[in-house]
Amino acid sequence: MAALGARLRRVPPLIWLMLLIPLVVEAFWVFWPAVNSFSLATLRWDGITPAEGVGLQNFVDLTADPIFRTAAANTVYWLIAFGLLSVAGGLALAVALNRPGRGVGIYRAAIYLPMVVSMAVTGLFWRVMYQPDGPINSALGLLGLEGLERQWLADPDLALSAILVAAVWRQCGYIMVLYLAGLKGADASLEEAAAVDGANAWQRFWRIVMPQLSGVHTVVLAVTVIDSLRTFDIVWTMTRGGPYNSTQLLSTYMFQQAFTNGNLGYASAIAVVIFLLAIGFIITYLARQARTEEAS
Amino acid sequence: MRTAIPSGVASTPRRRRRTGRSPWLHVVMIPLTLLWMSPIVFVAMISVRTFDDIAARGLSALPTSISLEGFATALSGGGLLRALGVSTLVTALAVLASLALSSWAAYALSRFRIPGRRAILLLMLAGNLLPAQILLVPVARISEGIGLQDTLAALILVQVGFGIGFYTFVLHGFMQGLPEEVFEAARLDGAGPGLIYRRIVLPLSRPSFAALAALATTWVFNDLIWALTILRTEAKFPISAALLNLMGGYGSSWNVIAAASLIAAVIPALVFFAFQKQFVSGLLVGSSK
Repeated sequence: MAALGARLRRVPPLIWLMLLIPLVVEAFWVFWPAVNSFSLATLRWDGITPAEGVGLQNFVDLTADPIFRTAAANTVYWLIAFGLLSVAGGLALAVALNRPGRGVGIYRAAIYLPMVVSMAVTGLFWRVMYQPDGPINSALGLLGLEGLERQWLADPDLALSAILVAAVWRQCGYIMVLYLAGLKGADASLEEAAAVDGANAWQRFWRIVMPQLSGVHTVVLAVTVIDSLRTFDIVWTMTRGGPYNSTQLLSTYMFQQAFTNGNLGYASAIAVVIFLLAIGFIITYLARQARTEEAS
Repeated sequence: MRTAIPSGVASTPRRRRRTGRSPWLHVVMIPLTLLWMSPIVFVAMISVRTFDDIAARGLSALPTSISLEGFATALSGGGLLRALGVSTLVTALAVLASLALSSWAAYALSRFRIPGRRAILLLMLAGNLLPAQILLVPVARISEGIGLQDTLAALILVQVGFGIGFYTFVLHGFMQGLPEEVFEAARLDGAGPGLIYRRIVLPLSRPSFAALAALATTWVFNDLIWALTILRTEAKFPISAALLNLMGGYGSSWNVIAAASLIAAVIPALVFFAFQKQFVSGLLVGSSK
């Protein structure tokens, strides 16, 4: 740090300006609103009539709100299932498609193509797929599995998992790209040496490849958690939290409370809960970035 | 790494198949790839059928002829043409403005002795990692407070503010690596910090600008939640919000919905294929190996 500091120049006024303008823009549109959310969370306010301070009452109300409980449980389910499925899928694909070969480029492109499609469009695509007379039920019919045909998005027990499949479809490519980069940095000679010593593919994967990917795992974990807590678009386009709030996540419930029901204080309390869930992972991610920053 | 690996592996009793890949990869990957692409293929097939054909033969029948009815309806009646225009405008301005501002901050933080610069950098990055939900209600209020409620200006500004942290972080990493000698030489020639920024930093940072621009374009273009938070007038809706609207108006016209979602996917897909390399490297910066 000292060596770097000595290399850097005294700060001219123009440079202060170049730093301050972006900083002010971010402070005004991000930090200031974020701080505001905490004070809003202590109000009962519909945005029209004067606000009323209620202390922590909103949070007390949350604990007794059945929809909030569903949304919280769904968010935890989403975090775990979305995380496990997309990380397992992305990692498996990365390992399978790591070495160049015939067709590998095409496979990779096909897997990460969904990533460019927005979450909203992904939602629409899969709404079509899940229609009662849509391709999924028809394919099941063709395979003679009529018994498995469902009203995917109208069934409160299935709808959230149906949305999850769509979200994982989109996320796998992203995780694969991250792991492919990690594998590129891994030492291939170690794996070959182990192969020569008779370690099978499974052992080589767990003993040699996985430990070398620990850095990527941290990033993937943080990115996945932050992404899952943000998940909104895909649920909003596919079910809007229905049927009977069965697909409500904290993010969609917060949005609904704020902009459909107009309970701004109560919605801010939900936002604070989301923030508290995310903050640990944000710090993990930042700490890792700070370390790499230091190393560079 | 506890695995004990004896050295001296050169002499091996039996060669492992190194070059000839097992056919299993293709046995698994070909069906998987087809399955992966199938939603896109199905939506494309539905988009070229007519409403009457879908009503008569069901959603999953294969198209017998190609009709552009769905696309025409989506673009005109569904207002997607206008929405595409809005999205393009918002994306272009937001990406340009946020990259310009972030490059200023990154230049200042990477090449000058600013007190607490590491803390500032991480704080800026942290802003980008916040869940948007914590910002929605206050941002809606603030844009009202400054008379920008329901305007594209507010939408662009919030996209800029939210993106700056990440772009600054990435550009900072890049600019830090630029060779000091170039700067030294420019200073000896009497160039001030502004000139150095324009003549040296901007041109040399082009690769990272390309990566970030590709990434930022898809992010801003694909946004839904900010548009829903800030905009009320349907005529101002960018593409994602317009799609949602169109779903309400054409709920059972699956050909229109399919066509509309393909239209919305086209621009990010084009950006992706044009800048595939930059796009992937952009995704990787955040993960730094």
